[in-house]
Amino acid sequence: MTRRHAILLGPLLLFLAAAYLIPFLGVMRWSFTLPEPGVQNYRAVLADPLVQSVLWRTLRICALVTVITVAAAYMLSLIWVRSGPVGRLLVELCILIPFWISVLTRAFGWLAMLSNRGLVNTWLQGLGIIEWPLVLVRNEFGVIVGMVHFLIPFAVFPIAASMRNVDERVLMAARSFGASRTRIFWQIFVPMTRPGILGAALLVFVFALGFFITPAILGGGRSVMVAELIYLRLFQSPDWGLAAALSVVLMVGVGALIAMLLRQFGERTTPR
Amino acid sequence: MRDTVTQTRAAEIGATGIGKRFGTFTALEDISLTIARGEFLTLLGPSGSGKTTFLMILSGFEPPTTGTLTLDGKDMTGMPAESRGFGMVFQGYALFPHMTVAENIAFPLKVQRRSSAQIRARVDQMIEMVGLGGHGHKRPAGLSGGQQQRVALARALAYEPPVMLFDEPFSALDRNLRAQMQGEMRRLHRETGTTFVFVTHDQEEALTLSSRIAIFDAGRLQQLAPPREVYERPENRFVAEFLGDINILTLKDGQIEGRAITLPGAGRSGDLAIRPEYMGLSLAEPATGNAVPATLLDLTYLGATTKLELRGPGGAAMVLSLPTAETPPGLAPGATLWATWAPERGVLL
Repeated sequence: MTRRHAILLGPLLLFLAAAYLIPFLGVMRWSFTLPEPGVQNYRAVLADPLVQSVLWRTLRICALVTVITVAAAYMLSLIWVRSGPVGRLLVELCILIPFWISVLTRAFGWLAMLSNRGLVNTWLQGLGIIEWPLVLVRNEFGVIVGMVHFLIPFAVFPIAASMRNVDERVLMAARSFGASRTRIFWQIFVPMTRPGILGAALLVFVFALGFFITPAILGGGRSVMVAELIYLRLFQSPDWGLAAALSVVLMVGVGALIAMLLRQFGERTTPR
Repeated sequence: MRDTVTQTRAAEIGATGIGKRFGTFTALEDISLTIARGEFLTLLGPSGSGKTTFLMILSGFEPPTTGTLTLDGKDMTGMPAESRGFGMVFQGYALFPHMTVAENIAFPLKVQRRSSAQIRARVDQMIEMVGLGGHGHKRPAGLSGGQQQRVALARALAYEPPVMLFDEPFSALDRNLRAQMQGEMRRLHRETGTTFVFVTHDQEEALTLSSRIAIFDAGRLQQLAPPREVYERPENRFVAEFLGDINILTLKDGQIEGRAITLPGAGRSGDLAIRPEYMGLSLAEPATGNAVPATLLDLTYLGATTKLELRGPGGAAMVLSLPTAETPPGLAPGATLWATWAPERGVLL
């Protein structure tokens, strides 16, 4: 890094230190000092059954959301990258329009779709397929639907980028050897797009860990995830020490995953 | 070990009236030729001449707009690439980056559902054949360009295809490596006896490797003949000028600048082409034989040969390549000379 780079980067580093680093150190201090000095807050994170159940639910939902999102994004990317102009335009609309709509609006949109008197249930009842409304929101199902919908565009970009990197001639070579389309897809194309899949999975998982608005609205307080628990411990049943400790744990976990993400993408840019 | 790779599956390909249009652009027009069993045919031409399009049609990746293709006399025009079973080697190698060298070579064999013992034996044999012993466990990214090209060759040859198609496979290699790989290609062609079709824009490569050369320009087949014939008896001005240096003189009524010229065949007017190495030099006007007056513009010493640049009749640019031993000493730019040649060396285009 040259001197000029350092001068240009300076203000940003100062801002980050003032807006994130110093507050984070403050939060860290709270986690060890509130309500009294000690590590009892971290002990609670590891042992308290309520906290434990929230952490496990968070991991479970995030893992499920990651798998569903990446699979759906892979199919969308495939159409986006490898189909004709009409398919391409359709996928672009499907990805970009939701991308521009606020997360709050989208969560309420899903609420309108999935609630007991929502579109899905009234239609299904109107068609006589079901008698009683299905419980589609205020549970994990609703949370997962909302999160997947929000996260798909983020997964599409890295996956589509890795698909564009696949050399057409490699696929042609496989075809010339008589390989079927199924074999070429699973044995050549999917492995060649692995960096994109891993990158997308990590990105989605990291995003999902910190989700707050979507689970709060679509979970209706019944599928509390870790970000919502922090909020509750701050503003509803105050236990700032525990909230701080949970924040630190979340921060460290996300930090570790981002480090992996950077290594994953760093690998592709540095020549071996 | 080596004699076991000999195979007899070589096929003959026939093309009749093959044409290809992309929208309003005509990439190929009325190509008819036969590629003999076990032949090494080179498709040579400048970029955009249609040679690669023709290879893609042979491979089955591009359907022709007009015309028919046959494989051993049976129609294969509409047959997709995966059913033709030709071995292909691409520019840029097109190896499977996530597989090792051995896995790359095994891929076509697995597609053919050969037994794993058979596959292992064949993969080892191919790795030895292309001189990559000890590299079987490596990924393509860990190999040099030349080694990657050998893997691509081994992979395509492994399942004994009746026809091998090469799309400018050596264009990414440096000069020395290229020469080495060309030697390798000739050896592999000899050992396997398969029909080879090879696309290149490198004339030297075409002359070195092929049993016949098909020269393409502007979507048309210009000439199809063995290397020596294409070089020494070009059928038209494009072929003459595309392969190496050539001197073109304007012949009118059997004369150039009033001096009668003897020709090998019939014809009295047109463009007379003579290769630089078949021309001689005379300081005074010769009494008999073919000769034209010229002015020496420049002289380049190239070791074994000396290259002379001349201005010939009507201002025509001429080049002579003389053995240095036969170049008169004391030649300097500005000198007036006579360029001579034997009648059978002239080609009337």
